[in-house]
This record gives sequence, C-alpha cells and structure tokens, in this order.
Amino acid sequence: MRHSEQSGIKEEIMDTIQQELLSQVAGLHEVPEGAYNIRANGELAGRNTTANIDIITKEDRSGIDIRIRPGTKSESVHIPVVLSKSGLKESVYNDFFVGEDSDVTIVAGCGIHNSGSAASAHSGIHRFFVEKNAKVRYVEKHYGSGDGSGERIMNPTTEIHLAEGAVLEMETVQIKGIDSTVRTTSAEVAQGASLVIREKIMTHGKQRAETDFKVDMAGADSSVNLISRSVAKEHSTQIFRSRIVGNASCHGHSECDAIIMDEASVSAIPELTANDIDANLIHEAAIGKIAGEQLIKLMTLGLTEKEAEEQIVNGFLK
Amino acid sequence: MLELRNISFQAENEDDGKEIEILRNVNLTIEDRFVAVTGPNGSGKSTLAKIVAGILTPTEGQIFLDGTDITDKSITERAKLGIGFAFQQPVRFKGITVKDLLSIAAGKDTAMSEICSMLSEVGLCARDYVNREINASLSGGELKRIEIAMIMARKSRLAIFDEPEAGIDLWSFQSLIRVFEKMHEQTKGTILIISHQERILNIADQIVLLSDGRIEKTGSREEIMPDLLGAGQPCRTLADKL
Repeated sequence: MRHSEQSGIKEEIMDTIQQELLSQVAGLHEVPEGAYNIRANGELAGRNTTANIDIITKEDRSGIDIRIRPGTKSESVHIPVVLSKSGLKESVYNDFFVGEDSDVTIVAGCGIHNSGSAASAHSGIHRFFVEKNAKVRYVEKHYGSGDGSGERIMNPTTEIHLAEGAVLEMETVQIKGIDSTVRTTSAEVAQGASLVIREKIMTHGKQRAETDFKVDMAGADSSVNLISRSVAKEHSTQIFRSRIVGNASCHGHSECDAIIMDEASVSAIPELTANDIDANLIHEAAIGKIAGEQLIKLMTLGLTEKEAEEQIVNGFLK
Repeated sequence: MLELRNISFQAENEDDGKEIEILRNVNLTIEDRFVAVTGPNGSGKSTLAKIVAGILTPTEGQIFLDGTDITDKSITERAKLGIGFAFQQPVRFKGITVKDLLSIAAGKDTAMSEICSMLSEVGLCARDYVNREINASLSGGELKRIEIAMIMARKSRLAIFDEPEAGIDLWSFQSLIRVFEKMHEQTKGTILIISHQERILNIADQIVLLSDGRIEKTGSREEIMPDLLGAGQPCRTLADKL
C-alpha cells in the first residue's frame, strides 16, 4: 500500500523527461527497493528510509545526511538527481556515514535535460565516512540530454575517508551529453583499507572532461586501484590526473587507457609519491587510436567500418 | 568459384622507399574443395590472401567471385558475399568477449548452445570461454582456435585461412583437418589455406606453389607434392645438423 502511494507521488511530481533521466542515471523505472531520496529540479521528489538507513535533510545548506547503522547488510540507497529546467544551477552536499561492519550499495547519479539556451549545472559534493571493516559499493552515473544550446555542466566532488579495513568500490560512468565536467575525487585510506575506482568516460562534440584523483595511502597494507577507460571523439578534450601518495607499506596502481578519435585531445598526467620504502606504486597509461587491424577484422566479419568502430568503442567502455 | 586475372601488387620498400613487386601477373582459378597455397617466406602468399579478402587492393588485375567482378568491392561487401578470412595473427580486443565476436561472425545474437557447438569444434569448452575477453589473457593458441571458430560461424562459401596451424598448441592437426572437412560439408564451398605444412598440403585437392610473387606451379596434390618434397633439400652442411 505504502509502496503504491509513493509511486503515485513520484508520478505527480515528475514528468516523462525526468523519468527518462532517472532511468538513465539510476536504472530506475519504478520506486527503488530500500532507502532512497530523489531530487528533481532542486526539490525533494520522494524519500524513503529504512530501519537501518536514515536520510536527514541538512539545515545549514542544500543536501542530505545518509546514516547507515553499524552492521547493516545487503541494503541499498538510491539518491538520484534530475534537472530538466534550463538555467538551473545548484550545489548539493551529501554526506554518507557508513557504520562499522556494514555492507551496502549506494547508487547516485545525475541527469540533466537542457532544451533551453541557459547553462544548467549540478555540483554534487559527496563525502563518505566509511567506518571500520565496512564495505561500500558506490555507483555513479552522469547523463545529459536535450537539444538546447545551454550547456550541461556537472562537477562531482567525491571525498572518501576509509577507516581500518574498510572497502569502497566506486564505479563512475559518464557516457553521453555532458558538456563540461570536472571530476574531483580525493581519498584517505587507513590501515588494511582498500579503494577501487573504475571510471568510464566518453566525450564528443566540444565537450571537456577533467578527472582529478588524489589518494593518500595513510596506513600499512592499504591499497588503491584506479582504472580509467575513456573514448574521446570529435573535438572533445579529456584530462586525466592521478596522484597517489604512499605514506606506509601499501599498493597503489592507476591505469588510464584512452581511445582517441577524430580531432580530440587526451592528456594523462600521473604522479606517484612514495614516502615509505615499502610503498609499491605503479602507473600505466596508454592513449591511441583504434587499431586498423581491429577494424579490418570486424569488417571481414561483415560489419561496415562505422559499425566496427561502434563495436570496438562499446566493448572498450563496457 | 574464385578467379584471379593478371593480379599484380606493388608496395613501397620501407628501407629505401623503392617500389617492390610482391605479386606479378598472377592468374589463378580456384574451385576445388581444399586449395593450399604454399611457397617460401616472402613469396607473396599472405598478400594474395589479403587481396582476395579485400584488405589489400591490387595494383593491377581483376578478381571474380562466381563470375562477378569484385575487384572494387570493400572488405565488408566481400564478407557479405561469402568470403571469410582467418588472420595469421588474431587481433585482440579490450572488452569484446568470445560470445560477442562469435555473434558478430554469425550475424545474430548466438545462443549458448550454438556457441558451445562452435567452440567444441575447435577443442574449447564454451563454459570456460564464452565470457572471456579477446585480450592478452588468452594465449596465442586459444586466440587462433577462436579465430577458426569465427570462420565456421560465418559459414563462408570461400573461407581463407592464413597459416592456420601456426601456434595451435596441444590441439592436433587432425582436429584442424576435421574442422575443414566439416566446414566443407556445411557450406559446399572452397577452403583456401596458406600453409607450409606437409600434413595440410596432403589433404589439398589443388596446390598452388608461389615463388617470388609468381605462380611457379599449380595442380593436383599428386602432381605437385613429389616436386615439393624433392625440392629445397638442404645442403650437406645443414643436412648434417638436422
């Protein structure tokens, strides 16, 4: 009963454009299971809390606190944001407090539909405080649509604090429609904690995407693995920066693998700093066009050159 | 039936920029079940195969497939007309799985049972391979077998294999030959194999011997094999060491 009421609320407030954005960024067609908070054009469009997961509106500024009780297992929180009003600019501060020994999935994401001429912008500032031995899977998707001349701008900032033995796996995807993005992620990793970030980006037109990772490995046996795969098409520009600092015995690995096409430009700027003799840090970067032999192979299987290109790009970003 | 008329191919020498002739006035008709093209390294075998598949464009001459001139057709068009090509060195793809490639090859989304039957023909168990990426995690031999499975999936009426035996580790020649036989049963087409291997030449209905960009000889296995085995005997110094 409660379920259907909430579904009704959602439909009243959200139009079809917003629902499309929602399905793109959060894979949501219906009201999600578990806790959620849906923000549409700067306003609350739906919220649900559970016995273990509380969502509280911030009083001093725009945003929410998500509090996950210690020991919460197999629960999820969805906090999608959609913007369909041209010219709307907002900054949202969301803080996640993940209790000890919990194991949860957090799905965020932002969709902007801009059919007007004014720029629309969303800056999500997400802070994660992950307590001892807690495990988080964090999924974030960014998507833009609409044919207006107004830019769609997204500047996600993610700040991660991992306590002893905590694990955070982040997947961040931006495949379409965002004109300008600066993605800043910083992390502090304590003893035995582990951070994995997988980033996938595709830019086209005159889009610009900047990624900036900074990870401090503070505790013994900490580890980080940053994996970025991107495709830059047409006249777009991508900049990938990663800074890993090893202050203890730790394993740090970052990898930037980019396909460059047309007139695009891609920079990979790695920086590794070891302040401990047992810090083990590796960076790998590769930028190149689609190999001619890959196109030829797929063409001998009956695909046109364009279809072959699409297959290669889709596979690469899968 | 495939017919090559006066095919020549010139390319630029990377060292001195001079034009070199890789194929000279090749005339060839192929209509048998298994046709093997053989000859020493650098004789133009792979170039010939790539010209048939449309990967290289001949400097002169024409190519006909079942009477139709396909000289100006693209790789894609030739693939659609039924020409398949297994690379000597299979290509790797990040993120594309065995299932994806077999589905592209078959021209449709392929069910697990079909993939199982294709991969088992080349000695691989679908369960272990179907979701593997065609990347550096697969060995050269595994890639080669997947390459062969792809040609089977295409059911090409003219299937070209460029040195299919190279790198086929534990999987035997016998199995490779069985694959060729099975392909012919299904397509009733021609299988054109570039090879040095006596065991492969031994199953050929027609053998084409290339040398220095020209067809030195072509004919049935019975006509060509004795010469091939007799020719190129090593000198005594080398023979002593073999």
